[in-house]
Amino acid sequence: MDLNLDAPHSMGTTIIGVTYNGGVVLGADSRTSTGMYVANRASDKITQLTDNVYVCRSGSAADSQVVSDYVRYFLHQHTIQQGQPATVKVSANLIRMLAYNNKNMLQTGLIVGGWDKYEGGKIYGIPLGGTVVEQPFAIGGSGSSYLYGFFDQAWKEDMTKEEAEQLVVKAVSLAIARDGASGGVVRTVIINSEGVTRNFYPGDKLQLWHEELEPQNSLLDILNAAGPEPMAM
Amino acid sequence: MSQSAVDVPPKGGFSFDLCKRNDMLTQKGLKAPSFLKTGTTIVGLIFKDGVILGADTRATEGPIVADKNCEKIHYMAPNIYCCGAGTAADTEAVTDMVSSQLRLHRYQTSRDSRVITALTLLKKHLFSYQGHVSAALVLGGVDITGPHLHTIYPHGSTDTLPFATMGSGSLAAMSVFEAKYKEGLTRDEGIQLVAEAICSGIFNDLGSGSNVDICVITKGNKEYLRNYMEPNPRTYVSSKGYSFTKKTEVLLTKITPLLERVEITEVGEAMEE
Repeated sequence: MDLNLDAPHSMGTTIIGVTYNGGVVLGADSRTSTGMYVANRASDKITQLTDNVYVCRSGSAADSQVVSDYVRYFLHQHTIQQGQPATVKVSANLIRMLAYNNKNMLQTGLIVGGWDKYEGGKIYGIPLGGTVVEQPFAIGGSGSSYLYGFFDQAWKEDMTKEEAEQLVVKAVSLAIARDGASGGVVRTVIINSEGVTRNFYPGDKLQLWHEELEPQNSLLDILNAAGPEPMAM
Repeated sequence: MSQSAVDVPPKGGFSFDLCKRNDMLTQKGLKAPSFLKTGTTIVGLIFKDGVILGADTRATEGPIVADKNCEKIHYMAPNIYCCGAGTAADTEAVTDMVSSQLRLHRYQTSRDSRVITALTLLKKHLFSYQGHVSAALVLGGVDITGPHLHTIYPHGSTDTLPFATMGSGSLAAMSVFEAKYKEGLTRDEGIQLVAEAICSGIFNDLGSGSNVDICVITKGNKEYLRNYMEPNPRTYVSSKGYSFTKKTEVLLTKITPLLERVEITEVGEAMEE
């Protein structure tokens, strides 16, 4: 089977952004793939733009890194000029300007989330093509296909911080179970008026879903568990 | 060949006009020459006191080994080294270019170079060429903020990892790292693990071979261990020596220095206006 190690790095990915009463929770998996090889099994797809605004990256790894680097730089200048922290809407707009004006050359879907004192917690989805959509929750990446129905049923307004984070972790974990291009660990970032909290959920600590096996360290353990060794003469 | 000059874009930089011509020719049935890649195993890991980089030494031209003992660990700064996989010309050129940019930056800022500076210069260059500069790099060094290890891919994306492998032998080497790496390795343990990973690439990947090069970078010190291990020595050497047929004339061996000795005369007094 051809691994195609020359393929550009893409983050198959599952990315999620959810608002709750008081802020936002952003979540992502950690798999970066080159063709069929996992180039980085512990990548961090939730990147900081300012103290109070973060972005989840999906699609081409190079394109999303470059876009977020530029926007971080623009926002830094903007913050100095304004004399106060940048708002989430401005951050989303800057990303959108780059994504829309370079739509022929970029292949990256982003979810911007943060908290500011004017609007509180906000999530903006910026898919391929460069539209900006302000949403109570947003999902993106290849793994998101498996989550549309889940969110229709499970999301509700005015969740608490704990409920929102558990929802995000559950959703990423479900997507990891079904999507080959998502995997590794679940990372979450909670942003509210008090600040930013980063959390980390290792893959083997996540809940097991339908037909999933317990994580094992070695194939030998599985084979030996099947039965005792036959008696030797 | 072509009489007209190729148009240079007004802002300078690479002109992609010939790429359109190449596309047209391939559509008409011309087989493009294949790229010369260095099938390679390059690795890096972070240990207790710094960073260890490792590489094999085989350079290939298709099925032929072009260089049995090439150097894949490139100097970037006194405290930063970079292993390169992919097209040999691209890795050499891009590491040399960024190495000089770093030196100029050091002169300007009067500070030691930082690894993230090298990282940003490399990733900007590679991204602007959209993957056509086929250089996959493992960049490692120790600066004032501590030890750092990064991988850089031809399209310009980067990852920051405690251990990393690249090149055609990367899967073989990564299997060794995933099985045996732990945090807080000592210098000797780290070197042994890197050598083991490169050997795994040398013996299991056809594009990698010959010897193991290692570079250990710690705070304020670096050790470039060229040919640290030579697991593929030439085993048969004829005891009778090699004799040439009668018609071959061995001429006198004479070495002529090209530069004459330069005499420096003491200058009398400094010039004055």
